[in-house]
Amino acid sequence: MARLLNEPPEERLLGQLPDARGHFGPYGGCFVAETLMGPIRELKEAYALYARDPEFLAEFHQDLKHYVGRPSPLYLAERWTKKLGGARIYLKREDLNHTGAHKVNNTVGQALLAKRMGKTRIIAETGAGQHGVATATVAARLGLECVVYMGEEDIHRQAPNVFRMKLLGAKVVSVTSGSKTLKDALNEAMRDWVTNIDNTYYIIGTVAGPHPYPAMVRDFNSVIGREAREQILEQAGRLPDALIACVGGGSNAMGLFYPFIDDSEVALYGVEAGGDGIETGRHAAPLTAGKPGVLHGNRTYLMEDVDGQIIPTHSISAGLDYPGVGPEHAWLKDTGRAQYVTIDDREALAAFHDLTRTEGIIPALESAHALAQAGKLAPTMRGDDIIVVSLSGRGDKDIQTVAAIEGMDL
Amino acid sequence: MSRIAATFARLRAANHQGLIPFITAGDPSIEVTVPLMHALVEAGANMVELGVPFSDPMADGPVIQRASERALHAGTNLGHVLEMVREFRQRNADTPVILMGYLNPFEIAGYDAFAKAAADAGVDGVLTVDLPPEEAGEFLAAVRSNHLDLIFLLAPTSDEARIRRICDTASGFVYYVSLKGVTGASNLDVVSVAEKVKEIKRFTQLPVGVGFGISDGKTAAEIATVSDAVVVGSVLVKAIESMLDRPQEIPKTLAAVVADMRQAMDASAETPAAG
Repeated sequence: MARLLNEPPEERLLGQLPDARGHFGPYGGCFVAETLMGPIRELKEAYALYARDPEFLAEFHQDLKHYVGRPSPLYLAERWTKKLGGARIYLKREDLNHTGAHKVNNTVGQALLAKRMGKTRIIAETGAGQHGVATATVAARLGLECVVYMGEEDIHRQAPNVFRMKLLGAKVVSVTSGSKTLKDALNEAMRDWVTNIDNTYYIIGTVAGPHPYPAMVRDFNSVIGREAREQILEQAGRLPDALIACVGGGSNAMGLFYPFIDDSEVALYGVEAGGDGIETGRHAAPLTAGKPGVLHGNRTYLMEDVDGQIIPTHSISAGLDYPGVGPEHAWLKDTGRAQYVTIDDREALAAFHDLTRTEGIIPALESAHALAQAGKLAPTMRGDDIIVVSLSGRGDKDIQTVAAIEGMDL
Repeated sequence: MSRIAATFARLRAANHQGLIPFITAGDPSIEVTVPLMHALVEAGANMVELGVPFSDPMADGPVIQRASERALHAGTNLGHVLEMVREFRQRNADTPVILMGYLNPFEIAGYDAFAKAAADAGVDGVLTVDLPPEEAGEFLAAVRSNHLDLIFLLAPTSDEARIRRICDTASGFVYYVSLKGVTGASNLDVVSVAEKVKEIKRFTQLPVGVGFGISDGKTAAEIATVSDAVVVGSVLVKAIESMLDRPQEIPKTLAAVVADMRQAMDASAETPAAG
């Protein structure tokens, strides 16, 4: 798969994946109904073409710079580091991007692709609403019709993002089937796509779905890791010892990890949502407690019952509340290149407050999972060790959730 | 000869087209399915397509999604579905039964174990909506070695290369998805279906069944004039949904719908102008 201005084309080990049919070892692939096979081939060909097209890449990078506001800072969190007493913690500030999260890196890229492909209508699924907002944003900017599918449950818990999407001119469709959350929104978006394939482009928001989405979304987000690599070399003079990112579908994690995949001295930590605790069964941690299976166009780890039915997930963070995970993460887990751990709701909430009070940065509850893992890891490391944490989004969208949990009235 | 091949041979000899009703196994209860299958056959169905319920039926419209939810709510799993087929076979040795579902429940059962159990129960073919031939290798081998047919879909978006490839892999019959959309959609265009079926027939001797969006006798008859079989699902499942408070009436009511379609199809087959 073509890389977007990724590093020199030296021999890469894991970085060469997926294969031509979208497989990361036994994971990934393209498991969709026949009607979508044609449109997906069209997308694959368009992506392969434009990922090498200097004009397309120039436009993408211009937009990242002038519209998204990249590069995002790599910030040494000194007070928090001191408080934790161990490794130095650098935050990759994706929360400072336009629209407040890493999601926009991907929507800018895919919207440019949609335009090149002559599509006039954009659809997307969203959980926390960050991907929906990022999609509605680029659709508004390019003058494209936009429909966002969102689970009824999520619409209630992420009301500010729903309003933002509407302000941006998107139609937000409430999904009432199944568990009424992100997975059902994805089902519904797929149904829309299969019905309107002639004029519609489906912007998937994470590194999951049928090939080429996992690779494409990773490529568009790998600007996170490329910048972080350059920035840490400049600020610390060496590579970090560990990278930490939260994993729902896993797009910010893949974006951060990918440019470091071949740096075997850099440990990779993906943090899944532990919800009420793995032992309760109420969580969203397929890599930790799930099994491989097929859902949403790819083979990957899933939260499923003994009959292969997908089971409900739970997390304090809507953006991590998903029963699957990107297939490349499944592969990184099996090969041992990355480690996957869980942080439960309570730990994430504590980290949310911790960072807010010590650094003056309100993190998204998703990102707070990665921060909590940093809080566990840093004290076990030496003072000259370095951790880079993906601060994937800002927490403004979550203040109502936090207030409700803590019994505060806004 | 397989039950599916024998059925199409009989139909061809009689100059009739196949009528294949779809119902979701276990909708709305596990007990209703086997009597319903018999009722459908008595009303003129030539084959029964039994949906294996799945929590995330991405290719289905709202009607069949809800059927899946009801069946799962009733506790239906793959083991129950195979038991239903076994029970159906006690009174019916000839009518083919096709399982239609999504890959994950088959995958978790294990391809070989599933295929063996399905063949043993009296299943004739399997159609996995989210398994294109590119990914089908292992499943296909398991299904074939147990003498089951793997039914593949073709769609309006399938180009000539794909039609060729899928026809080469398919057995039993080829299932043409008549429209761009999900099950139960309403944008069916008979003329374009006719053209595509003609194109498909250039590449295969297999019968071509057509489904998605066929909701009444008139449309069924029209589609029958340009294909070998008609698959109807959402219209039947919708009828089930309207009778949840009186499940005992479901077999009789659905049989009436199927009998209507049978009559419309056979009448138009005997009209020389048709086709």
